[in-house]
Amino acid sequence: MTQNLVADKSPQSDVATPGKLSQVNMVLYGAIAVAGIVAPLLFPAYTFQIAVLWLMVMFAITWDIMGGQMGYNSLGNIFFFGTGMYICALVQIGLYYDVGEYTAAFGAIKVDYTEQQYFTGLALGVVAAAFGSAVLAVLVGNAIFGLRGPYFAIGTLGIAFAAAELIGGWDWVGGGGGISLPVYPGEPDDRSLFFYAVCFVLAVCSFLYVRWLYGRRFGLAVNAIRDNEDKAEAMGLHTRRYKTVAWSSSAFFLGIAGAIFGNMIGFIEPLEVAFPTVTFGIFMVAMSLLGGKGTLWGPVIGAVAFHLVKELTWTYMLGWQFVALGVIIVINIVYFQQGLMGWAREKWPHRFGIAVDEEPERARP
Amino acid sequence: MMHQAMKLGLLAGAGALLATSALAKVEGDTIWLGSAISLTGKYATNGVHTQRGYELAAKKVNDMGGIEIDGKKYKIAIKYYDDESTPARGAQLAERLIKQDGFKYMLGPYSSGLTKAIAPVTEKYRIPMVEAEGASRSLFTQGYRYLFGIISTSEQYLGSAVDLAAEMAEKGGGKASDVKVAMAFENDPFSLDVRAGVLDDAKRHGMKVVIDDKLPRDLNDMSATLTKVKALRPDLLLVSGHSKGAATAARQIKELQIDVPMIAMTHCESADVIGKFGKEATNGFLCPTQWAETMSYKGPYFGSAGDFDKAFKATHPEYTSVPYQSAQAAAAVLVWADAFKRANSLDPEKLRDTLTTTDLTTFYGRVKFDDTGKNIAKPMALRQIQDGMLNVVAPSAFASHPVEHPRKAMY
Amino acid sequence: MDNIDILLQAPILNVQLLLDGLMIGAIFALAAYGLALVWGVMNVKNLAQGDFVIAGGYIGYALAQAGIHPILALPIAFVVMFGFGWLLYKWVISRVVDRDLFASLLATFGIAIVLQQVLNLIFGPEVRTAESGLETLSFAGGLVTVAEIKLLSFVLAGILAASIIVFMKRSRMGQAIRATAQNARAARVLGIDTERVYAFTFALNAAICGAAGVLVVMIWVIQPYFGIVYAVRAFIIVVAAGLGNMPGVIVAGLLLGAAEQFSGFILGAEFQVASVVGMLLAVLVWRQMQQARLRQALQ
Repeated sequence: MTQNLVADKSPQSDVATPGKLSQVNMVLYGAIAVAGIVAPLLFPAYTFQIAVLWLMVMFAITWDIMGGQMGYNSLGNIFFFGTGMYICALVQIGLYYDVGEYTAAFGAIKVDYTEQQYFTGLALGVVAAAFGSAVLAVLVGNAIFGLRGPYFAIGTLGIAFAAAELIGGWDWVGGGGGISLPVYPGEPDDRSLFFYAVCFVLAVCSFLYVRWLYGRRFGLAVNAIRDNEDKAEAMGLHTRRYKTVAWSSSAFFLGIAGAIFGNMIGFIEPLEVAFPTVTFGIFMVAMSLLGGKGTLWGPVIGAVAFHLVKELTWTYMLGWQFVALGVIIVINIVYFQQGLMGWAREKWPHRFGIAVDEEPERARP
Repeated sequence: MMHQAMKLGLLAGAGALLATSALAKVEGDTIWLGSAISLTGKYATNGVHTQRGYELAAKKVNDMGGIEIDGKKYKIAIKYYDDESTPARGAQLAERLIKQDGFKYMLGPYSSGLTKAIAPVTEKYRIPMVEAEGASRSLFTQGYRYLFGIISTSEQYLGSAVDLAAEMAEKGGGKASDVKVAMAFENDPFSLDVRAGVLDDAKRHGMKVVIDDKLPRDLNDMSATLTKVKALRPDLLLVSGHSKGAATAARQIKELQIDVPMIAMTHCESADVIGKFGKEATNGFLCPTQWAETMSYKGPYFGSAGDFDKAFKATHPEYTSVPYQSAQAAAAVLVWADAFKRANSLDPEKLRDTLTTTDLTTFYGRVKFDDTGKNIAKPMALRQIQDGMLNVVAPSAFASHPVEHPRKAMY
Repeated sequence: MDNIDILLQAPILNVQLLLDGLMIGAIFALAAYGLALVWGVMNVKNLAQGDFVIAGGYIGYALAQAGIHPILALPIAFVVMFGFGWLLYKWVISRVVDRDLFASLLATFGIAIVLQQVLNLIFGPEVRTAESGLETLSFAGGLVTVAEIKLLSFVLAGILAASIIVFMKRSRMGQAIRATAQNARAARVLGIDTERVYAFTFALNAAICGAAGVLVVMIWVIQPYFGIVYAVRAFIIVVAAGLGNMPGVIVAGLLLGAAEQFSGFILGAEFQVASVVGMLLAVLVWRQMQQARLRQALQ
């Protein structure tokens, strides 16, 4: 997997010819698919970590739709992660219990879900989370899409903050006390595999979706908005429509991600788990930038590298891990201004020629 | 296109990540206990208190020859990961300690929220966890079989203060139901659980709750709430918000010259409010405590409560009073040591069964678990700041001083 | 709405809330003023703003531990943080000045988490305070109390803000800063060393935050992770007041402090932050509607 991990087409080719996969690309996608399936079997102890890695990949990919491709820098995408998490939790609980009693700090209810109840609740919850978040994106988006540049960034950040605080003050959903979600009915190893599979499929789907999306007119249109919104509008692009599609697409996937992550953790509460604005919320931006925003593969590479670094420093540099993380972010921004992809492109420009197929030397010796 | 160097880097990274599984549950003559603990983030103050307690007890056990199992002497060591004070990270780290690093015996994290996130994980993998810092009642209503909490649950924190207020009202010729209660609780799992307990107690006495504010977690200012207190003149003010809540409350009570006859707050000692704001301004605060050095308990290893107090201060001279968080953490390690000895085995399942039959008296008090895994053999105590000293005033079995009511504060 | 009744029945409490609000607002205003400076002059959005405040607070705490009165620590923190800001500019910020939005946001985010953790390693995670030893003034039978230290801090904050405004108007450096803010290229053409101007501006911002931090440690409490409170407020204030509107920033800071107190009183402390963020969103949406109207006029 690693051998071909960063193999990429030039950014121009990101928006070219959907559906037609070159030979090398087929190999690459095949390798990733195999790696994704084999990883939990090879390293069963790391299933949870790798599942989180796939979520991180998905965070970066979906952030990049708005942030990278369209140039609308959102700091508040985590909003949809949290709303998805809470919508799913409420559906899971509400189907079988009284939500207010279930969430009471007293913890009077002894929760007992059968296998069928659990999976029905989870499935319905995920669907509700996905569509609920997308609908929220349309509603919220219409209020703030007129904001530009830093104002959009701060505005979206404000929405995420406000949501966390409001849910924290809402007793019916447990407020700041949080909710313990129903426990997976099967064996722990099955549970890890189950959530791993969901995360992997989710990451793959979001990648294929954006790949398909960027290959259509949509890709060109959002790039036009990034380059000059006023001109794009003057040329007759319905910019607002594109913004809505872009944001609700991110919201759709993030909603599912939140629903799944909540169930993986098992205990959710608004400030640390559901709306972690200053951790996951900023990490998703950092990961996209680390890999190279506005490219198809950049966010993926960035997420993998970031997650590896984070896990390693957390293991080996206890006490200094935040220092290491901060220094890495700073070095990344200062010295790799265009991300790893941009850096590679500058270093080996001939490999990023117009040619659509990657690594022409190797592919056609 | 990725360059070779980058590929190698990623591979090396992945390799190093995998290499962490070297730690095992028992290595040579060392038994490893695992714990996710808050070393950074908002619970870090008490996370560190907890860690120091664990370390001191592990050292004590090792210094006294370790634990003998099947004729072989073992030492205890503890592996920590930093959970950043967030449940999301805590659950991941528990998974990691158990699955990757192979830990079979766990010590709890700090705070109810983190324990709520970690308990389902240890339960699933059938790994026994002795926890000393998660007081939420709802931890023990879920039917967890592998969770053992050695502290009194959260409804007992301020319950005794409410009872005391009722008693004082009756002594003064009034009725308990005349008492007006003001509450300012942080919006986090622990404090909300304390709040639920207080609401029950207040209802039982028929008291009227006049203020019920939930303080934000990055709390630096509660003057709006305290201004309300000035206006409504309650008879009892209750505050709970970990160490930063206690420090903020003590400072602003002093500044706003809050004149309430009875004030009770959690975490006074761990926030060292006397040292910070002086004995005049903090005089009369009631501080619920899981443990006090004046209590008359005695047990193996540390000796009496007073001896533990001395041992802790000798190791950490910067402490003027030993926070109960450290004491109970140390006690958790002793409970483990006792279980290992009695089980005479390293098998987690056997240890779990042994833990259920624990009946141990330590410097921290008696530890005996009920069916749900919580310790029912130890009451909470209430201290009052009296002329700069934290004197135990309730329950009467441990009280060294009578309670001062109404509190006499000098601002 | 019982809480509104209380305010109506005991109107004197409004005074207490207003005073407390203005005093915390003064601290917010200082942090926001610094942010407006670096944002306006060099287009750097400094997420580490709050952590500069906390760092200043720890300098005050450390000096207080060493026996220096915290009020005297204020100028020392100002100078130390100025030097720290200058170094930080040379090492990191100078490389992100002319870059897109996220370069400065993320670089300063990185700085923020390093700073938090370094403070945690040096001072430990305990909550810290420094006592000024001043008394509390009491009016209206104890219904209104004002700690002298708050009053003094308010005055000090005012003096600090006033002297910076005078400095910006009168001194050569101040003029150079303003010229650079208006048009950096033209300023360079006219012989202004913009690199030095940037370094000075960033250092000045750090110094202002440091001084604010000393006030914080005397009035409230600090902990290594408390920076976010001030960073969020600073961003809200600058965005609400609008860039380049320095008096507006100060007024908005004071108003925000007061608004927080009143919303905390009336809605309850749990909605204090939410109501402030709600106000920010309202301002943004209102602005956007105005802009839309402007665009329609152009059509």
